[in-house]
Amino acid sequence: MTELLHTPLHELHSELGARFAPFAGYDMPLRYEAGAVAEHNWTRASAGLFDVSHMGVLEVIGADAAVALETVVPSDLAGLSPGTSRYTVLPNDDGGIRDDLIVTRLDDDTFQLVVNAATKDADRAHLADRVGDRVRIDGFLDVGIIAVQGPAAVHVLAAHAPAIGAMVFGEQVNFPIAGVCCRVSRSGYTGEDGFELIVPADRLAAVAGALLADERVAPAGLGARDSLRLEAGLCLYGSDLDETTSPVEAGLRWVIQKRRREEGGFPGEQRILGELADGPGRRRVGLAPTGRRPVRPGTVLLVDGEEVGVVTSGTYGPTADAPVAMGYVTSGHHQVGTELVAAQRGREEPVAVATLPFVPHRYVR
Amino acid sequence: METPSDRRYTPAHEWVQIVSDDPEGTRVRIGISDFAQDSLGDIVFVDLPEVDRSVEAGETIAEVESTKSVGEVYAPMTGKVAAANAELEDTPELVNEDPYGRGWIAELVVADMAGFDGLLDAEAYAGTLD
Repeated sequence: MTELLHTPLHELHSELGARFAPFAGYDMPLRYEAGAVAEHNWTRASAGLFDVSHMGVLEVIGADAAVALETVVPSDLAGLSPGTSRYTVLPNDDGGIRDDLIVTRLDDDTFQLVVNAATKDADRAHLADRVGDRVRIDGFLDVGIIAVQGPAAVHVLAAHAPAIGAMVFGEQVNFPIAGVCCRVSRSGYTGEDGFELIVPADRLAAVAGALLADERVAPAGLGARDSLRLEAGLCLYGSDLDETTSPVEAGLRWVIQKRRREEGGFPGEQRILGELADGPGRRRVGLAPTGRRPVRPGTVLLVDGEEVGVVTSGTYGPTADAPVAMGYVTSGHHQVGTELVAAQRGREEPVAVATLPFVPHRYVR
Repeated sequence: METPSDRRYTPAHEWVQIVSDDPEGTRVRIGISDFAQDSLGDIVFVDLPEVDRSVEAGETIAEVESTKSVGEVYAPMTGKVAAANAELEDTPELVNEDPYGRGWIAELVVADMAGFDGLLDAEAYAGTLD
């Protein structure tokens, strides 16, 4: 096995008492001394600080950048205003998903892409292959990313730059935080109001330290991040999305704006447009176990003893105060309230198809 | 990390404490160690054994689930389940908060206590954690 990579905050995590776990090739904090449930609850009540520096940040530059990128993603990028972001996917040629990502237009000719750690090298190679002759691809940038999530996040950051309070969800602006120019976006992966900060790698620890000095902020690890995003109904690439799932099956049809549905011109369009017209064969759904036992990824879902789906994410939701899960079921079994049986480790437990998200989003729009 | 000396331990990070004499043998209480609960993280569900079930030494008698993983609890000795800690049904976090006290998992009645002497004392168990 190759050595695990460290983010620029590894030493800080150790000082904060982190318990580490390998994630996408990185040695990442799973939890700190408070524990995953306390970190989850603190994020919903105040503000959690997450290190997400394992993700990759690229820039795609050129007069032709919007048009070129639209050949690899199904979203409308030509219509994206500078300083705003859009969640999208990189479909493969069969309509599955290579990765999910956030695209931000920095100016007319420059797009910033934030991609997942496990897929970042393949993503860059794919971009070079498909659009490398039309645009310049810079990166990965020598930066780290911290997310500050929760209702207090805006107050914490506005203390450094008051104008941050006027931002809306999906906006990105440069602001000085603790004397360091950061790319600040109002976004996140918890369902809460919050921000993500892209910071030069060598200044990341200083910015994180300044934010943690605010008593409203506590560090939160991957454990809390997983239960927060699952309660918010957000997909984890590699679990809920992969090369076989289409964006339509995944309930991400909203990433394909009207013009792109009409014009097509993206990888996998035959399957994706076909599923938009006729409906997909399976669908991502929320799953609520009726007992207190969490259902785990890989658990098979049955109706009358017949397999109709599989769990792709599952844990205990501290805010829901119940087990929460997501998975895919054959269309027809996807209506909210449908009763299924989860068969795991020789045991059968009832679960019901549930509305996503489990906990309402609190984005500031 | 705490390791009370009023009980014995297994290499699988469980503790066994003699509670009382019983007409059918000796009643022992079992649970998981401070190290075990700390390694698992926040415990969100405990699958308790049924009372009166007969169990063989080494058999899985309970499952302790944290937010991230599932830990199995093995019967440290052959016996019969005499009690399960029903308090854990609604407050599984007691295993984290008080692993040697209110976070106990089950009680067994054990006819043959020979296995007990083969378990680790507190000092020996603490030594395995270094």
